[in-house]
Amino acid sequence: MQEQDLAPPVALPMLSPAARRRQLKEKAIAALITAVAFTGIAALVLILVFVAKEALLLVTDAAAREEASFSKMFLPQLVRKGKPLAYVWQPVSGVPKVSMIPLFVGTLKTTAVSMLVAVPLGIFGALFAAEFAPRRLREVLKPTIELLAGIPSVVLGFFALMVMASFLQDTFGFTSRLNAVVAGLGLALAIVPVIFTVTEDALTAVPRSYREASLALGATPWETAWKVVLPAAAPGILAACVLGFGRAIGETMIVLMASGNAAIVSANLGDSVRSLSATIAAEMGEVVVGSPHYALLFFIGVELFLFTFLLNMLAGVWTKKVIQRLKGGAG
Amino acid sequence: MKKTLLSSFVAFGLAVLPLSAQAGTVTVKGSDTMVILVQRWAEAFMKKNPATKIQVTGGGSGTGLAALQNGTTDIAMSSREIKEAEEEKLRARYNTPPTGLPVAKDGVTFYVNESNKVDALTVEQLKDIYLGDTTSWKAVGGADAPIVLYSRENSSGTYVFVKDTVLGGDDFAASAQTLPGTAAVVNAVSKEKNGIGYGGAAYAKGIKELKVKKGNDAFAPTAENVKSGKYPLSRDLFFYLRNKPAGEAKAFIDFALSAEGQAIVTQVGYFPVK
Repeated sequence: MQEQDLAPPVALPMLSPAARRRQLKEKAIAALITAVAFTGIAALVLILVFVAKEALLLVTDAAAREEASFSKMFLPQLVRKGKPLAYVWQPVSGVPKVSMIPLFVGTLKTTAVSMLVAVPLGIFGALFAAEFAPRRLREVLKPTIELLAGIPSVVLGFFALMVMASFLQDTFGFTSRLNAVVAGLGLALAIVPVIFTVTEDALTAVPRSYREASLALGATPWETAWKVVLPAAAPGILAACVLGFGRAIGETMIVLMASGNAAIVSANLGDSVRSLSATIAAEMGEVVVGSPHYALLFFIGVELFLFTFLLNMLAGVWTKKVIQRLKGGAG
Repeated sequence: MKKTLLSSFVAFGLAVLPLSAQAGTVTVKGSDTMVILVQRWAEAFMKKNPATKIQVTGGGSGTGLAALQNGTTDIAMSSREIKEAEEEKLRARYNTPPTGLPVAKDGVTFYVNESNKVDALTVEQLKDIYLGDTTSWKAVGGADAPIVLYSRENSSGTYVFVKDTVLGGDDFAASAQTLPGTAAVVNAVSKEKNGIGYGGAAYAKGIKELKVKKGNDAFAPTAENVKSGKYPLSRDLFFYLRNKPAGEAKAFIDFALSAEGQAIVTQVGYFPVK
């Protein structure tokens, strides 16, 4: 589009020197911005290539293929003689056991808890701030919640470990002090500001005319907020949730500190869990470079990347549909 | 983790320096567990003998013993005994039997919450608990409550030690929660009244160090019991040399084994051999 706009004037011979300089400047700036944008994309691609390359050992190396085959990663294995088959993550055992299932379960449990708490909290908080809060209160509320986003996750993790864990155990009587609920709530603290901020922006961006039309038809402020503003902002809100989910699935420090890191497969939220990201953080320290275990940790990295990528793609498709519907309704 | 990072920095720094067998320098390499101790010995020794330089590097026991074979270190630190294969190689290469000297002892202690009725367990009971076969404190004479297991990350040397000496090489129960560092384990057990954890001898509030039962006697992990070998969960920390200690290396080892050197062992938190 830019090319079309710029091309004809450049072709004209009687451009003044000043105008020509401006043209050149424009072009230089455009080139610079393009270069910066492509650097970002290149960095992303390079990271993926590097991580995937280290994980490739699981396919190319015979020993790694033997120790960490897909069936060993995803099917139940014999753990000890006389015990039932199970999913176990014990990669440094005499006979390494490398089941990914407990890590998936752990990641899903903490993420689910955090999303269950953070999504309603973030969305309703934003709805309140955008639609109902008096102006003065809103001016305090927004920066305060955004400040929460600036707290380093290690501090949130420490808080979850030292304060929340004991409180929750006393309240709910969990067997393990550190469990999916503690880690999930700690995570929620990190995600709420993300969801809140993006949702609030999306709600504020809904045109005034929508609200006025709704109120003019006799709807109450609550009906307007719930049935008009919220649906109109749906794509933005979904983006907020996807961002939150991405952070929850990849967040490492809080989960490492507050989840107990036991690779257990169970549906009980009161059990300790071990997440994918925390496993990388905990084991990368002293793993033997080039060993099957090392490749496995990079493979976990690839999995995390794929999860986030897939989710973003699904959200993109859904958002497009919603926008289409909204446009259809308007026209 | 911090220790590893530090020792790998040191290792990197030393790898860049040309390693020459110059007079007045004794190089010591190996076990990360021992780095903190030998570093302290080296400082104290160099204060008294300014002409001698002691270079201490970590990297792990295996690395130290390999360096001894390659001739790139004078002394290897090892938290385990030398393997037969390693000894064979050294003998073949240098035509002398290598010397191994225990220079300190390191004990592993099991902790429970202060409020726990259980004071002592046998190694066999500890094994069943950590394998996940015993799941209630009632089975070992405690309250009717589930046992909550704490363990260390699998990169930890203490993890390997417990796995080898207590579990007989078997895996920890999957329900064992893994925490980074002894301090985290002590903190967790102090807050979890049904918890059990392990690590070096720790003097912290809220936890109780379990005695280990042998027959009718129970032994606390005191310096006395570790030194005499009555407390079963201890290991020797060794210095290995290519042959008999001589010259400056001998002076350094003599210092480490002297009353002053062994006092440093206690300060660092390990146990003296003498």
